[in-house]
Amino acid sequence: MTLRGKTAVVGVYEHPARYAPHLTQYQIMAESARGALADAGLTLADVDGLCTAGVGPIGVIALANHLNLRPTYVDSTNLGGSSFVAHVAHASAAIAAGLCNVALILYGSTAASERFAVGTGGTGAFGDPPDAYEAPYGPTVVGNYAMAAMRHMHEYGTTSQQLAEIAVTTRRHASLNPAAKYHDLITVEDVLASRVVSSPLHLLDCCMISDGGGALVVTSAERARDAKKKAATVLGAAEAVRHTGIGHEDVLEVAAAQSGPKAMAMAGVRHDDVDLRMVYDSFTITVLLTLENLGFCARGEGGAFVSGGRLAFDGPCPTNTDGGGLSSNHPGMRGIFLVIEAVKQLRGEAGSRQVKKCEVALCHGTGGVISRRHSGVTLLLGTAI
Amino acid sequence: MARKDYKKPLPHLDEENRWFFEACARHELVLQKCASCGTVRFYPRALCPSCMSSKTDYVRASGRGRVYTFTVTHQNQAPGFRDELPYVMAYVELDEGPRILTNIINTPPGEVKIDLPVEVVFEDIDENLAIPKFQRIQ
Repeated sequence: MTLRGKTAVVGVYEHPARYAPHLTQYQIMAESARGALADAGLTLADVDGLCTAGVGPIGVIALANHLNLRPTYVDSTNLGGSSFVAHVAHASAAIAAGLCNVALILYGSTAASERFAVGTGGTGAFGDPPDAYEAPYGPTVVGNYAMAAMRHMHEYGTTSQQLAEIAVTTRRHASLNPAAKYHDLITVEDVLASRVVSSPLHLLDCCMISDGGGALVVTSAERARDAKKKAATVLGAAEAVRHTGIGHEDVLEVAAAQSGPKAMAMAGVRHDDVDLRMVYDSFTITVLLTLENLGFCARGEGGAFVSGGRLAFDGPCPTNTDGGGLSSNHPGMRGIFLVIEAVKQLRGEAGSRQVKKCEVALCHGTGGVISRRHSGVTLLLGTAI
Repeated sequence: MARKDYKKPLPHLDEENRWFFEACARHELVLQKCASCGTVRFYPRALCPSCMSSKTDYVRASGRGRVYTFTVTHQNQAPGFRDELPYVMAYVELDEGPRILTNIINTPPGEVKIDLPVEVVFEDIDENLAIPKFQRIQ
């Protein structure tokens, strides 16, 4: 039993909102649903599966209410920012098992207009057992990722310049994405001149906080043959969590080390087969660690791997071609945009940032906090089985 | 300092963790060691995840270790922390093995380095609660 070739993403929509105090979270989700269904050539009446995260504890029921849906399959698994990548896998399994036929995956957030300080404002306490030993010390999200960056620099001599290269290339991609928040090109020097938020990470090593949302439509491979546009076939998927265990946290080993090989084996693809990498870029170090742990380079070699524009859409290892959370949008849980951009690239709809030959795309969502507790979800999509 | 005047988050005490912070109030850093399989675990919890035994020994740690990694935090809007910027958050690897999240205090942030030898120092909240932090060994 495998997911390979059973289902496909047939509709995508990225909400254009970046700062939208005039919109509600549920309005963003409804508008995204409309967009993705139109993209798929389907209507709300076709939908019998519903997935979301980032709403209230049982908000998926309210979302069904809001759209007047009566789904036969619902999933509001919340793994943090990777949730929507996981929903593609869950919906695919549900479709393959006959629990539903057309799944709608929705995300909406007004994090920016609510001035929600995702990275630097919280106490880090969710009310879970480990919080008692962490929250008293001021563990901001950026601070935890910064500790991973500090250790990587110590063990491997990675530099702030190398991390900055990720931000520079990602900004170049944003400059080619009309929907992106930031279009002005930046240099390594600009990144290093931006203020230090939590050493060694500078402001431009960090993603933004925006408003926004998006939607995905997943259906069976059989039904996908009638889709309006070229379908992106689900080739493989796997999830993992990584945490402090019983006290021996290795901050440089992330969940991707577990989920990546499993998803790639299911898909039957090797690293050389992957034409596009869409990896969660909460911070520059997140990209570097994810690429290393997925096996695109060896542990410790990430600094050289990302340098010299190698991650550019027209370089040898195209990565985060939409401009990422660093420069396009980041409403708090960015996973859905990884899949949206991958589908656009596989269809050849990415305009001036189009990867020349794009037949296999790897999405990897990270949710929660690296060097504390996080989830990782890897998803392989392709133009053919 | 009275608990109500303390602005940073304090641990929510429950039946699995109260003994740990009471030990801290006595200025003792105590680790759990499984009485069945001998595995030392941190953070404290009732069952040993290695063998699922509930039998636990409690061993006093030396309170010494080294900085495994750290960050100097320059931005945190949360109450209590925004008044103390910049502060150092770190994982300290105890001599007994476990890596624990903490703050490095009484040490200039610019002098904190990976592998710096440190020792525990307790921030007293009240007679039943103290928070373990670390400082450079002079």
